[in-house]
Amino acid sequence: MQFMKNLLDTFFSDVGVFDAICVTLQLAFSATLISSVLGIFLGLLLERARFPGKRIVIRINRTLMGVPPVVIGLVVYMLVMRRGPLGRLNMLFTIRGMILAQVLIITPIICGMTYTSLLSKAPAIRTFAKTMGASPAQTQWLVVKELKNELYFAVVTGFGRSISEVGAVMLVGGNIKGHTRTMTTTISLLKSQGIFTEGLTLGVLLLVMAFIIQSLADFFQKGDKTDENY
Amino acid sequence: MKKQRQLLAAILAGTMLAAAVTGCGGGNDAADTPADTETPVEETGEATADEAQDAPEAEEPETGAAAPVEKKGELMMATTTSTADTGLLDYLAPIFLEQTGWELKWDAVGTGEALKMGENGDVDIVLVHAKASEEEFVANGFGVERFQVMYNDFVVIGPTEPIAATDDIESVFQTIQDDQLTFVSRGDDSGTDKKEKGIWKKLEIDPSQNPNYLESGQGMGATITMADEKKAYCLTDRGTWLKMKNDADVELQMDIVCEGAPDLLNQYGIIAVNPEKYPEVNNEAANTMIEWICSPEVQDLIANYGVDQYGEALFTPNANE
Repeated sequence: MQFMKNLLDTFFSDVGVFDAICVTLQLAFSATLISSVLGIFLGLLLERARFPGKRIVIRINRTLMGVPPVVIGLVVYMLVMRRGPLGRLNMLFTIRGMILAQVLIITPIICGMTYTSLLSKAPAIRTFAKTMGASPAQTQWLVVKELKNELYFAVVTGFGRSISEVGAVMLVGGNIKGHTRTMTTTISLLKSQGIFTEGLTLGVLLLVMAFIIQSLADFFQKGDKTDENY
Repeated sequence: MKKQRQLLAAILAGTMLAAAVTGCGGGNDAADTPADTETPVEETGEATADEAQDAPEAEEPETGAAAPVEKKGELMMATTTSTADTGLLDYLAPIFLEQTGWELKWDAVGTGEALKMGENGDVDIVLVHAKASEEEFVANGFGVERFQVMYNDFVVIGPTEPIAATDDIESVFQTIQDDQLTFVSRGDDSGTDKKEKGIWKKLEIDPSQNPNYLESGQGMGATITMADEKKAYCLTDRGTWLKMKNDADVELQMDIVCEGAPDLLNQYGIIAVNPEKYPEVNNEAANTMIEWICSPEVQDLIANYGVDQYGEALFTPNANE
C-alpha cells in the first residue's frame, strides 16, 4: 500500500491521488452494492405489482434514469447541510453523503433496466415454472436466475455510472483532499490548475481500473453459471 | 476449475467488501501532508459571472467627443474568477467597447489556468493576481510587459467565537494552529491558495500538523460555503465574501475575523500575450486595453465600482503608483 502511494506521489502533484483512488473504489462498490439490491428489488416489485398509475411510475422511473447528477447533488446537499432537514446526521462532506447521492442516481437506472428485461422474458419463465409445479418463491427465484445476464448488465452499468460521476460527488463530498476527493474530482481540480497532462493520465488510470474490474466481473460471470450474480 | 473460480470469486467479493467498509485499509488518514510544490499555477473557481452591472455612467465625456467608435473586433482575455464573480468585467466591457471599439470577451478561470492559456496563445491578454508567476510569465517570453492595475484585499472569515475580530493575522493563524480549529483551505494552488500558504510559511507554521486543516480543492464560493457548514475559518478575497454574504440563499453564520494586515493585500496585473511568440494574437487590442484600463478615468471607475451595491469599493486602483 505504502509503496503504491509513494509510486503515485512521484507521478502526480500533491493532490492526494492514492487517497482519491481509495475513495473512488470505496464509493463505487458501496453505491453499486446498495443500488443493486434496491434497484433489482424495486424492478422485480414493479413488474409483479398491479396498481393504478403504474404507467406514470414507470415513466418517472425512465426519466430519473437520465437525471443530471448535479441536480441530485444539489438536492442531497440541501437535505444534509447543517440547516437542512437531515442536518443532524452530519453527512455533508462525508463519503456516506456521497454514497447516498450516488444511490439516488444509480438505483433508478438498475431498477429501470431490471424492469425492462423482466417485461420481455419473465412471463414465459413463469408459465414454465408453473407447469413444472414450482411454488411462487421458487418461481421468482427462477426468474432471477434466468435473467442473470440482464441483471449483471444492469449492475455493471450502475457501476460505470458511479465510477465516472463527478457532479454530485463534487457538491456533496466537497472534494476534500484525503477524505472525499475522488478520481474524477481530482481530474477536475488538476484541470483548473492547468495541469492537463496529469489529469489525462489519471483519466486513463481510471479507465484502466474500470477495464480490470470489468474483466474480472466478466470472468466470474462466465465461469460460474450457478449462483454468482455480481 | 469451477471450484477454483468460485473460490476466487468469494475471495474477490470479500476483498471488495472489506475495501468498501474500511476504505482501503486506512489509506485515508495517511496523506495529509501538503508539501509546498510550487507549480506556477493558481486560482480555480466558481465562474458564475452573474451580476451584470449596468453602467449608468457609461457616457464618458473624455473620449474626444467622438460618436461611438466603430466596432473593430474582439479581444480575448483570460482572467481570474474574482474579477468576473464581482461583476467588474461585466461593468467595464460595455464602456470599453463604446470608447475603443473592441469587444472584450473573457474566460474566468484560475490565475494558473489563465496564465496557461496565455502560454498556449489561446488568449490575447491576461488579467491575474500572482505577481511572481506573472513575472515568470513575462521572463519566459510569453508576455510582453506586466502593468499593475489595482488591488483588493483578503480577509479571514469564520465564527466570531473563539477568535475575535482583529487586524493581527499572526495571532489568528497561530490560534487556529494551537487550538486545532477547523480551517478550510482552497488547496488548489490558486492565487488565494498561494497567498494563504505564503502566510503560513512566513509565520513558520506547518498547517498540515493540524488535523482539522482541510483542503477543498474548489473555488472560493464553494470553499466559503464549506467553511460555513463546518463552522470553520477560511481566507477569502473581500469581493467574493461581500457577494456571498449578500447573495447566498442560506445566510452565512460567519464574519470577518481578520482584515487590514499588510500581508493580506492582493495585486492584480495585466499582461499582453507576446505577439512575437504568437503572431495570431490581437496585440493591437491588447495594448489598447492596457492603456485604457490604466487611464485615470477608468481607474476612477474601478475605484467606485461596487460602492452603491456593497457599501464599499471592491478594488483599489493603483496603476499610476
